[in-house]
Amino acid sequence: MRQLSDKAVTRLRNGAELPDLSGTRYRLLERVARGGMSVVYAAQDRDLQRRVALKVLEAPGSQGELAHRLMREARVLARLEHPGIVPVHDVGRLADGRVFYTMKFVEGQRLDQYIGSLTSISDRLRLFQRICDAVAFAHARGVLHRDLKPANVMVGSFGEVLVMDWGLAKILTGEVETEPGTDPASPHDPANLRNKTTSSVVTGHGRVMGTPGYMSPEQARGEVESLDARSDIFSLGELLRSLRSEKPSDRSLDAICAKASAQEREGRYATVQELMSDVSRYLDGLAVAARRENIFEKVGRFYRRYRFFILLTAAYLVMRILLLVLIRP
Amino acid sequence: MNKVLLGLLLGALLGAIDGSTAWFYPEVRAQMAGIIVGSTIKGLIAGVAAGIFARKINSLPLGILFGLAVGFVLAFMVAYMQHDHYLAIILPGSIVGMVVGYATQKYGMTSATGRSG
Repeated sequence: MRQLSDKAVTRLRNGAELPDLSGTRYRLLERVARGGMSVVYAAQDRDLQRRVALKVLEAPGSQGELAHRLMREARVLARLEHPGIVPVHDVGRLADGRVFYTMKFVEGQRLDQYIGSLTSISDRLRLFQRICDAVAFAHARGVLHRDLKPANVMVGSFGEVLVMDWGLAKILTGEVETEPGTDPASPHDPANLRNKTTSSVVTGHGRVMGTPGYMSPEQARGEVESLDARSDIFSLGELLRSLRSEKPSDRSLDAICAKASAQEREGRYATVQELMSDVSRYLDGLAVAARRENIFEKVGRFYRRYRFFILLTAAYLVMRILLLVLIRP
Repeated sequence: MNKVLLGLLLGALLGAIDGSTAWFYPEVRAQMAGIIVGSTIKGLIAGVAAGIFARKINSLPLGILFGLAVGFVLAFMVAYMQHDHYLAIILPGSIVGMVVGYATQKYGMTSATGRSG
């Protein structure tokens, strides 16, 4: 009997794991990413002749909670039509019963990979504002992301910014259908223990889903029911901190990060718009709400903001005085 | 406020202030009114020109250069007509042009609906 090489075994295993897309309008191209419960493939939409990303539950025959959760994620995405949120195209079931949905195939880089190409802090902050814009939109639609981090933001080849992976999203208000007891946010749902990714942790009194370092203290404590927009604001604060990590320290920007990611949520910005406004004020050279300046700092900021105007006025005055003194008839 | 109106008002104000400095030259104090009016009109023309330029071209360096050029040309014309005080008229006039060029690029609305700066 001939033995198969390791390479051949791997190829066979990969082939066996590939989902059967017969009966759908999609043709499988390649695997793109793997998450805790699902895999994302690049696929070709035969009807529309375009490339899409197809997200499907990893284990064949997955039913119940996991299937419901993926369906719910697709529905959450469907209600969030925004340029900064990846659009969902289609949802369905494969021949083996697995739920899948397709979405826009984003060609680009994850934020944590892309950020090195942005050298100026202004460019980074403008990019951050676009992330905030998408999150603020989701909040306005009653959706919390709950897993905001650089790895969940894609920057497309044309510079478009897309917030991805809404698998942990929590619906605060609205009509997205959730079956009783199957809300992935439910702390007593044992099925979700299987959904842990390598970055998720479990606390003693409830299931915690998110990414350490980016999830809010209340989310880390498993206080799922009381989470609100300020939990995402904490994550945005940490994301902002990561965007400026290797940049020189700046007190105003540090204060914005500190306020956004305060341990107590009462100390944070109340809304994403407030955070965005403070970042805008910083970019415009104005005083930020997160910090009180002393008089010297105010004067310094005024000078930096109107430097050219002040220098021109000073030049005019100096020149007038010189003319008066030197060229007097 | 739109850029042209901003240029007009700022140019007129700076022109008037610039003209007022003639008071420090006793030999021309008798013609103060004429100097102030002339300088105001000069600043006003430079301001309107800089405002129109800023509405068409959004570039701070080019706006400042344009203001400098217009201020220089207008001041030179005034000095040429007087055949005197070339330096005392051209240098401040050029700087006033630069200030107006800078201000019209940085501030004021490009149209009724948009805003720049």
